[in-house]
Amino acid sequence: MTPLLSIQDLTVELSARDRTFDAVSDLSFTVARGEVLALVGESGSGKSMTALAIMRLLPEPVARISKGRILFDELDLAAASEASLRSIRGNRIGLIFQEPMTSLNPSMRVGPQVAEALRLHKGLDAAAARRRVEEIFEQVRIPDPKRRFDDYPHQMSGGMRQRVVIALALACDPDVLIADEPTTALDVTTQAQILETFRDLQAAVGAATILITHDLAVVAETADRVAVMYAGRIVEETTTERLFAAPQHPYTHGLLGSIPHIAEAGRATERGRLAEIPGTVPALWALPRGCAFAPRCPRARQRCEDERPPLSDMAPGHRAACWYPMKGAA
Amino acid sequence: MSKLLEVSNLGKRFTIAGGLAGKARTVHAVDDVSFSIAAGETLGLVGESGCGKSTVGKMIVRLLEPSAGNILLDGIDISHLSHRRMRPLRRRVQMIFQDPNGSLDPRQRAQDIVAEPLLVSGMRGAARRRERVADLFEKVGLRPDQMRNVPSKFSGGQRQRLAIARALALNPALIIADEPVSALDVSIQAQVVNLMSDIQREFGLAYLFVAHDLGIVQHISDRVAVMYLGRIVEIGDTARVYQQPSHPYTRTLMDAVPKPDPSRRHRRLKVPRGEVPSPLDPPSGCAFHPRCPAATDICRRERPLLRRVASGAETACHHAD
Repeated sequence: MTPLLSIQDLTVELSARDRTFDAVSDLSFTVARGEVLALVGESGSGKSMTALAIMRLLPEPVARISKGRILFDELDLAAASEASLRSIRGNRIGLIFQEPMTSLNPSMRVGPQVAEALRLHKGLDAAAARRRVEEIFEQVRIPDPKRRFDDYPHQMSGGMRQRVVIALALACDPDVLIADEPTTALDVTTQAQILETFRDLQAAVGAATILITHDLAVVAETADRVAVMYAGRIVEETTTERLFAAPQHPYTHGLLGSIPHIAEAGRATERGRLAEIPGTVPALWALPRGCAFAPRCPRARQRCEDERPPLSDMAPGHRAACWYPMKGAA
Repeated sequence: MSKLLEVSNLGKRFTIAGGLAGKARTVHAVDDVSFSIAAGETLGLVGESGCGKSTVGKMIVRLLEPSAGNILLDGIDISHLSHRRMRPLRRRVQMIFQDPNGSLDPRQRAQDIVAEPLLVSGMRGAARRRERVADLFEKVGLRPDQMRNVPSKFSGGQRQRLAIARALALNPALIIADEPVSALDVSIQAQVVNLMSDIQREFGLAYLFVAHDLGIVQHISDRVAVMYLGRIVEIGDTARVYQQPSHPYTRTLMDAVPKPDPSRRHRRLKVPRGEVPSPLDPPSGCAFHPRCPAATDICRRERPLLRRVASGAETACHHAD
C-alpha cells in the first residue's frame, strides 16, 4: 500500500511559563488509503498534539511545529498556507473530536451545519445538500433523519451528537480521517454503537484513518496498525495482531498487563493483583538523558540511562525503541 | 458475615423546575434500591451515566437526603439522623471521589489535609497526630518528603493516594469510592486499584465501589449490583454475574465492553439497540423493555421484581431462569 499521509520527523515545540520543550519529538509514520492507524498513549504522550499538528490546529504561538514534514498528496501541510489548509480541513481531511460540541455550533440546527460543509466544499445547491445530508444521516444511523435534520445539538443525546460529528467528518468523502478519542466521553453501550458505525463507514469511505485513543481494547477492535507513544515519541509500532501477541517494548507490555479486562461471556477470568507500572510519566521538560521509560522499567540497565534507544526493526513491520526488548513468540 | 451496611427500599426524587410550560416534574433518580455490605466486603455498583449509582453513594454518606427507605449502619438507622447524632457514626463511613481536586483544599499542605479529620475528631497532641499522619503516608505509598507539599505538587495518582490517606485517618469500616480511578491514566489506575486491595486486606475495610468500568469493578468486587434507570436490575456474586449474566441489560453491557482481542475486528459484534430513555419519562413495566431483544407483553405491563435465578444472582426480569 502506498502511503496517503506520511509524517516525517515531526517535532512540536511547546512554550509555557518560560519553559520551552518538545511535546512531540521526531515522529515518523505513514498511513495508507483504507488503513486505520491507532496512536495510543497516556496523558502527556503527545498523541493529541500530533493530531492537532497534522491538521495545523496547534494553539500557536504556545505550540508550533519546529521541525518535520506532513506529506499529504504531494503537499507539505507543515508548510502550507492557511488558505490551502482551509480548503483541505473538513473537506479532504475529516475530523472527529472526543467532545462533539468542539465541532458543532450550538446555535445552529445540525442538518444545515453539515449541509454548509457540502455547499462550501462541493458546491452543492441547498436542495441537493439537504438530500445528501439526509443520506449521510441515514448512513451514520441517525433514526428518522428527515426530522432530526432540524434539531439543535442540545436536543440530541451525546451519542446522536457524535453521529452528527461523524456525518460532518465524512460528508465530503475525505481522503484522511482523524478521530481523537471519538468514544471516550460516551457510555459503554453508546460506545459500542458508535464504534460499529465508525468501522463500517471508515471501510466504506476508504479514508486513511488516524485513531487517537488511550484504550487498547478499542484499538484491538478497530485498528489495523498501532503506534504506542510515550513522552512524545513512538516507542513501538506494528500490526494490531502482533502488538497484542508479542509486544516488544516493556511499556507496551506493562500497559497490556495493567488493564483488567472482562472476558467474553462464559469464559472465566482470574482475579489477582493487577500488573502495575511503577512511578509516573516524567515531565516533558525534565526527560531523562537516555530512554524516557527507563526510570519505570523493570528491564532497564545502565545503557538505558545513558543512551536513548532508536526506533528500530524487531521483525518485518515491527519497530520498537528498546535496548533490551521483550522476546516471546508471536 | 455480619451486615455492616443495610440499605432497604432506598429512593431519591428530584423535582425539576418547569420550563416554559411551567409545570414542575419529578424524577426518580433512585427507586426502591436494597442491598447490604458485610464487613471487609466489596460491592461493585455499575451502570451507565444517569442510572443513579452515584446518588446511592452520596445518600449513604448523607451528602444527599434520601426521599424514601432506610440506611442501617451497624444496625443503626442513619437515614434521617441529625448532624449532631450522626457525628459519632460519621467516622465509620468515608468517601473518595473521582476528582480528588474537588475535595482537597489547594492551599493546604498534604500533612494538614490528612491531619484534619484527626483534629476534628478531637485527637489530642500534635506529636501523636504527626506520627499518625506519617504512618498514613507510608500506608498509601506517599513519601515523607511530600508531606509539606500542596496538592498541586502531586500527580493525579498521588492526589488520589492523598484522598485515600485522609479517608483512612479515622479507621473507617466502609469507604464509598465514587469512580475513584476513572480520571487516571491506565498505568496509574492499576497502582490505585492495587493500593485499595492492599489496605482493604490490612484494615478489614468494606467498599462500595461505584464505577462505570466493568473491568475494574470485576477485578475488585466480591459482589456486584447493576443499575438501570434508578433501579438494581441484577445483583450477585461477581463471578456469576459476569460469567452468567441473567438480566438482558447485564448481558448487553458485557457484550458492549471492548475487549483486547484483535480477532474481534473481523467479526460482527453484538451491538446494543436504542438509547437509555429519559428518566423524566421512564417506560412502563420493565424500564429496559424498549431495548430488550426478549421483551414480551408482560414486560411492557408489569415491573419485574428482583428474584433469585439459577446462577444464584437476583434478577429483575420476567424471563430470566
